[in-house]
Amino acid sequence: MLSSEVKRELQAVVGPDDVRDDPESRLAYSYDATPMYQAMPDGVVFPESTEEVQAIMKIASRHRIPIVGRGSGSNLSAGTVPVGGGLVMVMTKMNRLIEIDQDNLTATFQPGLITKQLHEAVERIGLFYPPDPGSMHVSTLGGNIAECAGGLRGLKYGTTKDYVIGLEAVLPSGDILRTGGKLTKDVAGYDLTKLLVGSEGTLAIITEATVKLLPLPEDRRVMVAHFTDLYAAARTVSQIIAERIIPCTLEFLDQGTIRVIEDYAKIGLPADMAAILLIEQDGPTSVVERDIERIAEICRQAKAAHVQVAQSREEEVQLMSARRSALSALARLRPTTILEDATVPRAAIAPMVEQINRIKEKYGLQICTFGHAGDGNLHPTCMTDARDREEIERVEKAFEEIFDAAIRLGGTITGEHGVGLAKAPFLEWKVGKSGIEVMKGIKRAFDPDGLLNPGKMFSKETRRRVVIT
Amino acid sequence: MKPVGEKPIDRESWAQVGEYLRKTLDQDELTHCMRCGFCLPACPTYRETGLEQASPRGRLALMKAVADGMMEPDKAFADQMNLCLGCRACETACPAGVQYGRVLEQARAGIALREPSSRIVRGLRKLFFEHLFPYQHRLRTLGWWLALYQRWGVGWLVQRSGLMRLFPEHIREMEAVMPLASSKGVREQLGEIIRPEGTPKGRVGLFRGCIMDVLFTETNCNTARLLVKAGYEVVIPDKQRCCGALHAHAGEVETAKRLACDNIGAFREAKVDWIVSNAGGCGAMLVEYAHHFQGDVRMEEDARWFSERVRDISQLVADVIDDLPLKRLQRRVTYQDSCHLRNGMHVTQPRNILRRIPGITYVELFESDRCCGSAGIYNLTQPEMSKQILDEKMTHVKNTEADILVTSNPGCLLQMKWGIRRAGLEQRMHAVHLVDLLMEAVE
Ligand SMILES: Cc1cc2nc3c(=O)[nH]c(=O)nc-3n(C[C@H](O)[C@H](O)[C@H](O)COP(=O)(O)OP(=O)(O)OC[C@H]3O[C@@H](n4cnc5c(N)ncnc54)[C@H](O)[C@@H]3O)c2cc1C
Ligand code: SF4
Ligand code: SF4
Repeated sequence: MLSSEVKRELQAVVGPDDVRDDPESRLAYSYDATPMYQAMPDGVVFPESTEEVQAIMKIASRHRIPIVGRGSGSNLSAGTVPVGGGLVMVMTKMNRLIEIDQDNLTATFQPGLITKQLHEAVERIGLFYPPDPGSMHVSTLGGNIAECAGGLRGLKYGTTKDYVIGLEAVLPSGDILRTGGKLTKDVAGYDLTKLLVGSEGTLAIITEATVKLLPLPEDRRVMVAHFTDLYAAARTVSQIIAERIIPCTLEFLDQGTIRVIEDYAKIGLPADMAAILLIEQDGPTSVVERDIERIAEICRQAKAAHVQVAQSREEEVQLMSARRSALSALARLRPTTILEDATVPRAAIAPMVEQINRIKEKYGLQICTFGHAGDGNLHPTCMTDARDREEIERVEKAFEEIFDAAIRLGGTITGEHGVGLAKAPFLEWKVGKSGIEVMKGIKRAFDPDGLLNPGKMFSKETRRRVVIT
Repeated sequence: MKPVGEKPIDRESWAQVGEYLRKTLDQDELTHCMRCGFCLPACPTYRETGLEQASPRGRLALMKAVADGMMEPDKAFADQMNLCLGCRACETACPAGVQYGRVLEQARAGIALREPSSRIVRGLRKLFFEHLFPYQHRLRTLGWWLALYQRWGVGWLVQRSGLMRLFPEHIREMEAVMPLASSKGVREQLGEIIRPEGTPKGRVGLFRGCIMDVLFTETNCNTARLLVKAGYEVVIPDKQRCCGALHAHAGEVETAKRLACDNIGAFREAKVDWIVSNAGGCGAMLVEYAHHFQGDVRMEEDARWFSERVRDISQLVADVIDDLPLKRLQRRVTYQDSCHLRNGMHVTQPRNILRRIPGITYVELFESDRCCGSAGIYNLTQPEMSKQILDEKMTHVKNTEADILVTSNPGCLLQMKWGIRRAGLEQRMHAVHLVDLLMEAVE
């Protein structure tokens, strides 16, 4: 609970209803979408303007109270779990779309705006904001920026960092930092915009953002290819790119995932296939037609067992629904679903999937793998039960080994979900000792007292790398 | 007969409620929620309040905290469970398939051990749940009085004399849109068995509902007539009772089960092929009987027999719509889903039916799948939230520029009538039950 003094000061800023420290409120902001992490904050506060954020920051700094920024709490790295107690600052009331600038092709908004609402607003006038995390109808853009969220269109269009060009953020001191602007070119000093994208609420609270927009692609087509051989599927991914075709979506589903989806949704997926590739291309109609034809040809040459190009919108929806229902189907299987986020160079997809399968066998676990094959971002997903301590220990060991395998293959411990609390012990594996030191220095420059989202990104100790026997 | 719905324990302390909940809450279901938040945009109370604890994910987390012993239930906990509309939009949105409605009922059952908070709610609940709904003849008598009251202008007298001012504003407003009650129900009017027209397609048991048969007798009669026109034989077993939905949603599970038992018996005896309901709220409950008796060796099979046969009227009509003689209706029509029909029974047919009526221009209502705020007796127990949700709904209704607003559930229908009045749209449109509109097209 908040001390009465702090509570009074906060109430003076945001009004009595927007500060809460009753047990129900504290509990409701003690978790996010990450399984097995929970910690109670002392209070919850809902600012409605940049000025209110500033005032809250000043109060928190004066009393040395930790501040955890929060959007919709859909992140998968325990990034909003208030392990250090303190205040959860919920940004969802700052949800205005401030401007769509059709001359400069930019959009400016407050951080609490829901991702999908921005999509809808810009698409209505023929524009396009590509980053489309699977969680887009619940996640906030502030959360997307803080996690540098990616999505199904990442291969062709990149991720959130490729679109954010200007930010307004509040530092723990209460000072405002403005970076970038409606500019396509800007090399004045270090790139603080890029630094804040993906900073996971550890450097500043983002209060406004400007992103660049593209013209909405004229057309799109969807196709699917089935493979009896995992390597053939993986080689096809590299082959498509080598042929200089960049599809907007290139998704991969392994046999385990296919079987689970089919068992649950009965949509006619082949349970005997080793892997499925789901491919979408967008752009001018003639280019889309040509690309889809060439991709289909590449798949056939790679001995795909079945290649199907959707002939209608309904068929497209049916094909894409396979990918969309992946997580749902998996989640229904057992009480706890742990979705991970290991990423490798795309040429290493097949060895990585093989490694995951080997590790899964070794620890006797149920792990299925699907993901954005085109950009090497895989989501090995473990179906387990949080109440079974012994099994959870095996799960943790298995994931350590999976991260290790990813790094050995030139990959990383997270492709889009962030480090947060869950991956903090592994960060050093990826960035090394000097990387950690530079990052901690940056953190000190922004947040000398360590009040913003403490415990995240940097862990007290690093896990020892597993020695694979 | 022994009165149903006696409180098993009175004045339990919250700690005891906690203990009870720890024993009864479905831990598997609670663990199954992976806290992805996908249900958040679907939830009306989350949208209105912006508070995580007023979201499905938040409520599940609160229940889990109680189940795990992290937290004792208290008044604030109970308030949060009561603020939930029970519309189950979150279930439809949930990728993990969490059966939210069931755990909510379990939580409410625990809370019901302790007397609910306000005197009005307590009084209303006792009156309705224990003394009225379970008894068809009492409802009939009430209907008789209501009819008298409405027809002889006593309403006018009472209003003029200022008596109505004793009631809260929303009850007064609701009063004004109440349909004329009837002292004769569908069975009294049409008989117990009604023969089909043409070659018989099967034998349908009509679930007449409790409120439905008093306030919407005409809709019940039209349901029977429509079925007969479509070639079904209709049976209306007299031994049927209230479906028990309101009891179950409010946590009075034992009463709900007793009512279910009687209904299963009544329709089994009547040897029907289908059991048809024209109220989404009742239908969703009837479908769930099988779940309520899971593991009960005596009842399990009969309950399954029952649940498998339950259909919404629109499902039966959709199959035969082409055989019905439909005349042109030159109207602009929109449709508001009944939550329980959509999220509980997964019924989608009404829209298709409306589109098939010649002459009708069908306009989709923005967010028609979002609860209207009626939700059982929610509009009586949570008037503020209910009104907030309703007024937002009415702005979308207004935008459709429809002449007719169709729904498939008596609660929603009343709420829509109330909304139309609140929004000052009475001159422009009116709300009707799908069945009544269909009957207008058939005759
Ligand atoms: C089913 C599912 C599918 C998903 N699919 C994807 C996917 O395809 N791609 C992907 O990248 N992610 C995905 N995610 C993860 C998650 O949705 C994203 O990380 C998302 O960007 C989080 O947004 P949020 O609004 O929920 O932020 P939150 O979870 O509330 O917060 C995330 C982080 O941002 C910080 N933060 C939030 N707002 C601010 C602010 N205004 N200023 C500073 N810091 C802030 C928080 O402190 C926290 O560290 C998925 C998650 C789920 C549950
Ligand atoms: S959508 Fe389902 S799993 Fe996700 S938070 Fe809501 S109830 Fe839980
Ligand atoms: S039942 Fe309706 S009101 Fe209740 S939590 Fe679910 S969506 Fe929200």
